Amino acid sequence: MEPVLWVRGRMMPLVRDDVDTDQIMPKQFLSRVERDGFGEFVFHEWRRDPEFVFNDPRFSGARILVAGSNFGSGSSREHAVWGLQQYGFDAVVAPSFSDIFTGNCAQAGVVPAVVPPELCRSLQAAAERDPDSGVELDLTTMRVMWTGGSGTFHLDDQVREVLLHGLDDVALVLGQLDVITQYERARPAWMPHLDVSVVPGAAVGPDAGTTP
Amino acid sequence: MGKTLAQKLWEQHLVDRIRGRDLLYIDLHLVHELSPQAFGGLDIRGLPVRRPAATVATMDHNVPTGDRSAPLRDPLAAAQLDLLRRNCATHGVPLFGLGSHRQGIVHVLGPETGLTRPGITVACGDSHTATHGALGALAFGIGTSQVEQVLATQCLLVNPLRQLAVEVDGALPVGVTPKDLALTVVRLLGFGGATGYAVEYRGAAVRALSVEGRLTLCNMSAEAGARVGLIAPDDTTLAYVRERRFAPIDEAWREAERDWRALRTDGDAAFDRVVSLRADEIEPTVTWGTTPAMSVPVGGRVPKPEESPNGNQAEQALDYMGLVGGERIVDLRLDRVFIGSCTNSRIEDLRMAANVLDGRKVAHGVKAMVVPGSVPVKIQAEQEGLDEVFRRAGFEWREPGCSLCLGMNEDVAERGERIASTSNRNFEGRQGAGARTHLVSPAMAAAAAVTGHFVDVREV
Ligand code: SF4
Repeated sequence: MEPVLWVRGRMMPLVRDDVDTDQIMPKQFLSRVERDGFGEFVFHEWRRDPEFVFNDPRFSGARILVAGSNFGSGSSREHAVWGLQQYGFDAVVAPSFSDIFTGNCAQAGVVPAVVPPELCRSLQAAAERDPDSGVELDLTTMRVMWTGGSGTFHLDDQVREVLLHGLDDVALVLGQLDVITQYERARPAWMPHLDVSVVPGAAVGPDAGTTP
Repeated sequence: MGKTLAQKLWEQHLVDRIRGRDLLYIDLHLVHELSPQAFGGLDIRGLPVRRPAATVATMDHNVPTGDRSAPLRDPLAAAQLDLLRRNCATHGVPLFGLGSHRQGIVHVLGPETGLTRPGITVACGDSHTATHGALGALAFGIGTSQVEQVLATQCLLVNPLRQLAVEVDGALPVGVTPKDLALTVVRLLGFGGATGYAVEYRGAAVRALSVEGRLTLCNMSAEAGARVGLIAPDDTTLAYVRERRFAPIDEAWREAERDWRALRTDGDAAFDRVVSLRADEIEPTVTWGTTPAMSVPVGGRVPKPEESPNGNQAEQALDYMGLVGGERIVDLRLDRVFIGSCTNSRIEDLRMAANVLDGRKVAHGVKAMVVPGSVPVKIQAEQEGLDEVFRRAGFEWREPGCSLCLGMNEDVAERGERIASTSNRNFEGRQGAGARTHLVSPAMAAAAAVTGHFVDVREV
């Protein structure tokens, strides 16, 4: 993943708390087995409403979504983050996020910037006043700057570390395989473990599970 | 100073610290059809699944619950299931797929097979993984990238969690179920109110719950925003696990039992937060809005926007739900009733509902369905004759899966329909675009099915 040192661009205000991932990426698109092409399905249902902010041409091309508290709650579907990113967002700014959504953002390289509710409202108001004005989030200084003000945002330390260095978690952990192997040797015998060859009802192969 | 149960399990599974995060070993990795991108990631890296024998797959989210002898009607679903079959075959991962006599919702399958057991860590690409904590396991819901991480390394990089105790004293009144307790806890903590916490459920009322009731309670930790919810194992837990098909036996059982009996929070452990409630005061509960925390006792009224802490949000929720506020809950008429989901699709849930339905009929105009959580649940229910009770009452008796909990398969509710549902989420569009979900217990769902509107199950 590419390191993310800063994000800048225009904002889109989404004035609503508790936006859950069922809204961001409705279930009918989770059947897709690809990792791309989710952008067009973001907020699929809400976009049927012509008044919904995603349909407001003033905000088209915005790269930073300024949302309400507990954003990304509910289902763990990473497709929600992929969708936002593929739609064009590099960051979401909100007073709070769900844990799993925050983690999913880090994995995809999207910045889940936490700001106090007042600051969030100021940003939304600034976007409403002048949709062409931009905002910048600097991950090195943790400053948020926009035409008309500046402040600080918060990122979970580890999320920041992943973003700033463009860390690939899988590669990172693979680097510790020796330690993992050592740990595995000391596991007690009663840990769950399925021996496929002797387990009735489980199958391995293209016909898996077709015999009762 | 002492430690909480979650902290102890955390330490026992700590493999390493990497750049500020803890690397935890995962003892059991549960997989379903919705994360094909994780296997795709492995393939790109050219990696095998590190421990196929500690990885178990099933099919639940996207499976049909009607006639299974016919080919799947949805080509995308068929392709997704096929891909899971192929991925499991390539990587040697055991699969309890469609047609297997253990297929079921991933959070029903784990505990019921005995693969989920006290003292282990569990990961699954699903936010309701906290369910497994009911047995005293440390269980994490994860996203697709982390599924790839666990497949590749059998470990998970995580941030430490804060510790929250939910103390439930007293006893649940007759007719009040674990689901009502879960909904009440979520209302108390708030939607997302336990974000960043591991929740341990404690107290006499929790101890008194069966394992199935505990599964229902831990399941809805996700609605409070908690990734982890758990209950210390006790005699009830051990008796439950012992009977399971893949539970440890002989010397392994004896060793395990010794370990499990020591799994509890120390008397002098400090929680970051403690929330207490009295079980005696809990009533059958119904949600009225579009987050699981928006609920009231069945005897109450839908709140008016000005009575809610967040009036704007309440207004949006009421608008979606086709309500204005002030309506009596018992006056809400229903179009549909759904009994199922990883919250309430186990045998005790079905018994509870059947008990209410016995000798009664579903009200005119109400579509009602039961979707057992797994094939074993379905078989046991049929052996007990519950399917007959449901059918006679006018319920559809279907094949196991997530079904109308999220409406990915053909079980979808229609726009404007009002539903009494035993699932865990009442988000907009969750059960179908424009569909209006009210979350309740299986007993309350059955009572609502019979009367055609909500009713206090204790009065039916
Ligand atoms: S039953 Fe519902 S909540 Fe549970 S795993 Fe399936 S879709 Fe998720």
